Amino acid sequence: MFCLCLPRRSAAKTGRYKQLTYYKKGSVAMSNDSGSSPVQGVRWKDRVAIVDVVGDIDLNKSLDFQKSLLEVLEQRPQQIIVNLSEVPYMDSSGVASLVKLLSRTRKSGSQLCLVGLSPRVKSLFEITRLDVVFTIHASEKEAIA
Amino acid sequence: MKNLVPQKPVKLSLCSSPAYLPIMRAAVEKMCLMIGFDPDTTGKVVLSADEAMTNVIRHAYDDEEDKPIEIELTPLGNPKAEAIKICLRDWGKQVDPSQIKSRDIRDVRPGGLGVHIMTECMDQVDFQPCNEGGTLLTMIKRR
Repeated sequence: MFCLCLPRRSAAKTGRYKQLTYYKKGSVAMSNDSGSSPVQGVRWKDRVAIVDVVGDIDLNKSLDFQKSLLEVLEQRPQQIIVNLSEVPYMDSSGVASLVKLLSRTRKSGSQLCLVGLSPRVKSLFEITRLDVVFTIHASEKEAIA
Repeated sequence: MKNLVPQKPVKLSLCSSPAYLPIMRAAVEKMCLMIGFDPDTTGKVVLSADEAMTNVIRHAYDDEEDKPIEIELTPLGNPKAEAIKICLRDWGKQVDPSQIKSRDIRDVRPGGLGVHIMTECMDQVDFQPCNEGGTLLTMIKRR
């Protein structure tokens, strides 16, 4: 279920075919191939990376989650949208992975936003007061606008 | 057919591997829902139990995956359960309970949120070092 939506022409113009090849060889996809990362794929819309995450994120998954997220950042996106609509549950180890990504995106000048939080995941962000630290949107459309 | 709800404690003997976290969460969730907690409160109890077991795995056992963890889920109140008590026993490194406290969460950095979550979500959180080694954590949540 891994897909890239980079238009051919813009890829050629921006020299992003190299990245495309890199992705096909592994990187984020490899993390997914191992079956351990909750990151199921990355969709690109120009320089926006939309990261699809699936399943519960706890101590068992959080390191692979973090690794996959930081691999996406290495591709230098202008914006990362982490889609959590298929994540029914997350604990503080998953939050820690996102805080790490947030810190790195700020340093690199990228923007990060989270979309599709389930009630339980939203509650976790509220309990940890991180709902005011992260940019959170209801949908991808809203995040890109 | 009576709509029976648990009256007696449920005991889980688990290994200190993160692989067992979903099993523990499922048991806590089911117990909470059966005794009549709403979904929001149930979610907070499940999260607190998860954070407690995660802390044991990471800090008491230093990520060793074959150490024992015993969890007891007890409905409190008779005849109708009004609360749940969760006891989590480990035999790992002990920490002075006075040193176990929530960090300043205004400092945005990865990690260290487990104790804050437990104290925020549960009505009572108590760490007791045991004479035979390890720690007994007792958490209570009322409806």
